[in-house]
Amino acid sequence: MGKGAAMGGLEVDIAGKAGSFAVSARFTAEPGVTALFGRSGAGKSTILKMIAGTARPDEGRIVADGRVLFDAAAGIDLPARARGIGFVFQEDRLFPHLSVRRNLTYARWAGRRAAGRPLPEVVALLGLEDHLDRLPGTLSGGERQRVAIGRALLADPRILLMDEPLSSLDRQRRAEILPYLEAVAGETRIPVIYVSHETDEVARLADRVVAVEAGRVRAVGSPAEILGGEEGGETVALLEGRVTGIDPHYETATVDIGGARVELPAPGLTAGARVRLRVRASDVAIATRPHDGLSIRNQLSCTVERVSVTGSAADVLLALGEQRLVSRITGKSADTLGLAVGQEVVALVKAVSVERARLMRPDETGE
Amino acid sequence: MTETETAIILLSAKVAIAATLCALPPAFAVAWLLARRRFAGKGLLQAIVTLPLVLPPVATGYGLLLLFGTQGPLGRIMEAVFGLTFAFRWTGAALAAGVMAFPLLVRPIRLSLEAVDRGLEEAAATLGAPRVIVFLTVTLPLALPGLLAGAVLAFAKALGEFGATITFVSNIPGETQTLSLAIYALLQSPTGDAAALRLIVVSILLALGAVLLSEWAGRLIQRGGDGQRGGDGRA
Repeated sequence: MGKGAAMGGLEVDIAGKAGSFAVSARFTAEPGVTALFGRSGAGKSTILKMIAGTARPDEGRIVADGRVLFDAAAGIDLPARARGIGFVFQEDRLFPHLSVRRNLTYARWAGRRAAGRPLPEVVALLGLEDHLDRLPGTLSGGERQRVAIGRALLADPRILLMDEPLSSLDRQRRAEILPYLEAVAGETRIPVIYVSHETDEVARLADRVVAVEAGRVRAVGSPAEILGGEEGGETVALLEGRVTGIDPHYETATVDIGGARVELPAPGLTAGARVRLRVRASDVAIATRPHDGLSIRNQLSCTVERVSVTGSAADVLLALGEQRLVSRITGKSADTLGLAVGQEVVALVKAVSVERARLMRPDETGE
Repeated sequence: MTETETAIILLSAKVAIAATLCALPPAFAVAWLLARRRFAGKGLLQAIVTLPLVLPPVATGYGLLLLFGTQGPLGRIMEAVFGLTFAFRWTGAALAAGVMAFPLLVRPIRLSLEAVDRGLEEAAATLGAPRVIVFLTVTLPLALPGLLAGAVLAFAKALGEFGATITFVSNIPGETQTLSLAIYALLQSPTGDAAALRLIVVSILLALGAVLLSEWAGRLIQRGGDGQRGGDGRA
């Protein structure tokens, strides 16, 4: 990132311990979603708690929106209640004795926070219209977590902290709530720190990724840079581009990726929208020249950047303009094709195997 | 029911209510310490709180007499500072009842405080609520069923207290003669059986009423706390 946090940004430079586990982190977060990404037990949640003020670093500084929240040298350590945050926990932590409405507005009537956003707006964003007068105990897990997100949004936060908000939900509930998180991510004007170990969540939500490993920041970069690679034992690539055309008859969309054109099924896409696409390495085949008479809609000219062979499989890293695509073929195929670094090849990708990872904000520049 | 009997019932109610209400705040404070704090001597405090439960009530009453009697050190202080006399007064009966009921009050409150999810308090703090507000809006409402259960138990205990009361403030009709003491006195006289029986029936009704009241209040709270699930109403 290089530069300090701009106005409205978050600046973290801390070191501390959680039990005997040492954590240190240094990164900045602009308005938008920054994912703290890493395995369970990597220290992501501890870093988040230190930002929130529910855990205390031993040294360092935390500045949000120009306001010092923590400064060990200066002896500043604002309590959690004074940090102007919104926090979404792994478990919803709704107040069981209060109605959804009272839960949502808790920061206002109990925390004396300013009424930043109108309640109806947040209620509509999270689809909670029909639940306002119910008690949390009568809601489903997904609904409860949506209320928890709304409660944090309505705290008029300068930073929004989310600690694996989907981890307590099953797959179906997770799929049900992700669109709401996308909506929140899409309209936020504040830094959102999103802790997760799920690559698909990060790919769908994050603008930037801070990779955390063994209590330290391993890398900071775009989702494509950090996530392009392993994903739950599977290698994937993330591509970003703009929708240039929709074919209404076949319901397919064409996305321009740095000059290359990728076709995929259109649902949810409109011309001009910026999108992030996800392509599994095992869905990408390689040809040494373009072919006719194939059902495969996407034939992308790429340059071989690297061939790494593990056992019988070979992962071929392909440069598609500025972006990277990975193809997993057998070592045997790699040898038969005689793949060499710098070689021009054609990547073959079926349109149906291109997934939309994320719709991005119109003002987002992607890389 | 004679006028004397009505007076006895009213006095008993007064003593039991005063004992419960006065014991509630310190009991809550002690329960809070035991549930939430770590400190040296916690085990000792726990033991002292339990003492009235395991000590012979007569011993507790005698201890109160030594401490709060007219010549007792605390008795003199209370007299001088607040103008409050305990010896042979109904206030002494309330004190004895309150002390005897104290452990019964502490335990359920402590358990309910321990059952309150600290994560909810943390969440309230991240939403900007100061500690006192977190306590009033989250901790206290969630601990209310335990508080209520403790209060009912303490009230019932205070209503029936005998040993410590008779040792500390004696058995003075119209001043310290509560239901139990009156029943005891009536059973000592050859003609008192019928009157004693009436008072026993009243005792049963009072205790039953208190328990039913707490069940009902508990159900209200439960409904508030758990939504539509609280149909069975066990607090």
